[in-house]
Amino acid sequence: MSSTEVTETAPASDERRDALVARLGEELGDALIAGHVDAGRDVWVRVATAAWEDAGRVARDVLGLRYFGFLSAIDWLPSPYGRSLDAAIDLEAEPASGEVEQMEQGVTGGETRFQVFARLHSVTEHIGLTLKVDVPNDTLALATWTRLFGGANWHEREVFEMFGISFEGHPSLRKLYLPGDFEGHPLRKDFPLLSRMVKPWPGIVDVEGMPGVADDEGGE
Amino acid sequence: MITQLAVELAYWQQSILRSVGVIAAVLLPAGTIVYLFLFKMMSFMQSRLGPNEAGPYGSMQLLAEVGKFLQKEDLIPDGADRRVFTWAPIVVVASTFVTYVVVPFGPDAWFAQIPTGIYFALAVSSLSVIGVLMAGWSSANKYSLMGGLRAAGQLIAYELPLVLAALGVVIQAGTMDMQGIVAAQRTGEIFGFGGIGNPFILTQFVGFMIFLIAMQAELTQPPFDMPVAESELVAGYMTEYSGFRFLLFFIGEYATAGAFSAIAATLFLGGWALPGLDLDNNLMNVLGPVVLLVKILLIMFLVMWFRVTYPRFREDQLQIFAWKYLIPLSLVNITATAVLKVVF
Amino acid sequence: MTAVTERQQLAYIANQAADMRVNVELETEGMTLNIGPQHPATHGTLRIIVKLDGEQVVAADPVPGYMHRGYEKLAEVRTYPQVTTLVNRIDWLGSFANEVPFILAAERLMEVEAPPRAQWIRTILFELSRIGNIALFLGDMAVQLGAVTPVFYAFRDREYVLNQIEAITGGRFHPNFDRIGGLKDDIPKGWVAETKGVLTKMRAFCDELDELLVGNEIFTARTRGVGVIPPEVGLSYGLSGANLRASGIDWDHRRDSPCGLVYDKLDWKVWTHPDGDSFARYWVRLQETREAILMLEQLLDGIPSGPIMAKVPRIIKVPAGEAYVATENPLGEMGYYVVSKGDLVPFRVKIRSASFNNISIVPWVLRGVYVPDVITILASLYFILGDIDR
Repeated sequence: MSSTEVTETAPASDERRDALVARLGEELGDALIAGHVDAGRDVWVRVATAAWEDAGRVARDVLGLRYFGFLSAIDWLPSPYGRSLDAAIDLEAEPASGEVEQMEQGVTGGETRFQVFARLHSVTEHIGLTLKVDVPNDTLALATWTRLFGGANWHEREVFEMFGISFEGHPSLRKLYLPGDFEGHPLRKDFPLLSRMVKPWPGIVDVEGMPGVADDEGGE
Repeated sequence: MITQLAVELAYWQQSILRSVGVIAAVLLPAGTIVYLFLFKMMSFMQSRLGPNEAGPYGSMQLLAEVGKFLQKEDLIPDGADRRVFTWAPIVVVASTFVTYVVVPFGPDAWFAQIPTGIYFALAVSSLSVIGVLMAGWSSANKYSLMGGLRAAGQLIAYELPLVLAALGVVIQAGTMDMQGIVAAQRTGEIFGFGGIGNPFILTQFVGFMIFLIAMQAELTQPPFDMPVAESELVAGYMTEYSGFRFLLFFIGEYATAGAFSAIAATLFLGGWALPGLDLDNNLMNVLGPVVLLVKILLIMFLVMWFRVTYPRFREDQLQIFAWKYLIPLSLVNITATAVLKVVF
Repeated sequence: MTAVTERQQLAYIANQAADMRVNVELETEGMTLNIGPQHPATHGTLRIIVKLDGEQVVAADPVPGYMHRGYEKLAEVRTYPQVTTLVNRIDWLGSFANEVPFILAAERLMEVEAPPRAQWIRTILFELSRIGNIALFLGDMAVQLGAVTPVFYAFRDREYVLNQIEAITGGRFHPNFDRIGGLKDDIPKGWVAETKGVLTKMRAFCDELDELLVGNEIFTARTRGVGVIPPEVGLSYGLSGANLRASGIDWDHRRDSPCGLVYDKLDWKVWTHPDGDSFARYWVRLQETREAILMLEQLLDGIPSGPIMAKVPRIIKVPAGEAYVATENPLGEMGYYVVSKGDLVPFRVKIRSASFNNISIVPWVLRGVYVPDVITILASLYFILGDIDR
């Protein structure tokens, strides 16, 4: 990539975001497990499971991140069904290695299969923070944020039905989208996407040439 | 007018002939013209084309729609009160058509001459609220019920200003006979100038405005269309109707608008009379209906203009408007009319 | 533009208390009304179960999901370029705007930046989508309030905008035009001049609606003080876009974090309204449409020359990492949280759509209002069903 530049020439350090993580560390102490700053662009923190609600409260009241962006979860289990890309060109792009993928928990690390993450934003400082938390493998339960943010209600219901993570203290933890008798948690990696299993996907057939350029050169 | 027939007919035979003749010769073409005029006008205001496929310039649209609705299945919901459900549209339409009975179309062109014509018209026209309530109640649908109840509340609230506004005219004309009111306007004078007679819209302008507003509400047209509010109550009391029963409501909507417009035209615009032509001129029997139709169209134009322009009120705002503003205003109007009547 | 005074609030509370007393005395029974899933006001298939006391709402419970298509799952088995086809269908009235944040997130992970010309054209299409989308809201809100005419104007004039989008992208509704590293194509000849003509029409459209609705007493009576959302509540529910700005919060992604789009090179302002009621939301959107027209005029004059595509590999593999990019879409903040494991397909895509949060406030804001106001409030919050259900 000779001619392209890095988006927003990233400064080596980012004082505002570093300060945010530091402040959160002061308030939460040991409960702040990890922090990651993508200088000039974004910031992530991971907090202890027990301190999830506290972390939200601190972020809202102390850090001034009053805007509730979203709350969701992620299943770090490598998909047992592969990438479901079975066209010849996909296999060519990445031949099946055969080795079992390790579970890696993203930029702030983690110990459990499921992580819940939420995004808060400050409408005055214009800074956003992604908070992550491990969800214990055995209980799959977490404290609710509905007491902090009204919007968390629906998001937690969505996570509940999609991942099967329950939120303690949620006023009405029901299914949001799916019919009441639906079984399984669709966004878990081990939930098969049946339509893809039944009918093979044509794969990347829509790779197109760059406009006005010979096919295999690309770019300017 | 059908007195010089070759054969002697009994009164009831004459009546049937009259009714059929009126329906064939007057109502159908009048309905077509009114319908086409209104639809083309509303389409123009809403920047669309309007009816243009059925017949030349879409003139057969009314027939096409009647044909369409007659083909549809006549659905009656399971939980509905069948008898009430089936009768409701007929009550609405009947009350509308009965209103036309007392409207005079010319010196001799009338269905019935009742000395208290205006009283009869206003009384009969409010019967339609019973039909609406019947429809709303019997549909076994919550939306319909709410629509019916809203309609009842609204029609009762606006019946009052409507009658009070008409009362001003009655006081000024000194008669409740519709022909008498037309005559009073034709022969009246404004400060000694009798060139155009004295259409009561000039002296009773406040009354005319009140009448128009109350009429809009009686017709449940926007901005007073809460009973049918399609974005809230789907179609209110009409929600469960289909086929020709819906058609009856549909026709009833426009026919009622026509009936009220006819009353308004008679009360305020001089009815069938034309300035410059004598009241007993025989020509007026032919010209009168045309003149009245034009005046009806004029008022219906206003009704439909409001309809396509305004958003709708909320139920409480509607009631406040009726009881706090319209009714006191119409009472003041009556008082002023009575005082001036005595003074002049 | 006065905020709801304390006195009005007290009067409201007193009214409610009086009603409650009456209800206790008469022992009236509530009624459950099912608004939707097939209802004209939900324009889509949202269902709201409303418990009524007379015409007053006691409790409201929205039931989304009648159009849930599982895009987050589907995105996990599609390559990055294929995902744009999916996300086009989230907010189907402003489709192009849906693609942009996803592409920006992928670009951030790949450390690629689109060339300036591509960024300008992206911004132009973004704002055109906004006008096309909000124009329909401006008409639709009137229809929900019972005025039928404005929606015809909206459909008529929105068509001009869609034509311009189609002229560039080939699709009226689903352009699928944005690419990682740039755009699929350049703008056609004569397009800029044509679009300027369209902007004149859209400005006339805004003026028309301003006269027809904003100045109308009934419209004001129906919307002022209806569905008031205080700023703190709005923030807590994650309301965004015009809904939040109508509550007086001066925050706009376009101004405050214009990553990848060229809003910082334009002269424009963010409109806010202190009231937080339905009228404020309508008014802010109307002003935003005008502002978008203003922006587009500057954008059309300033398109730089150059390539429209950065150099990206033929088969796109995104390096491992996580990125969240949000933009100010017509409906509000739309963001994609993309987790990549260095593969052809994203590992996880969390789609943060604006309407989901905007509608989650419904149970809060509908309490105690009348049935007609339910419709007003729903219309003024402006949701698109695909944007709730994804």
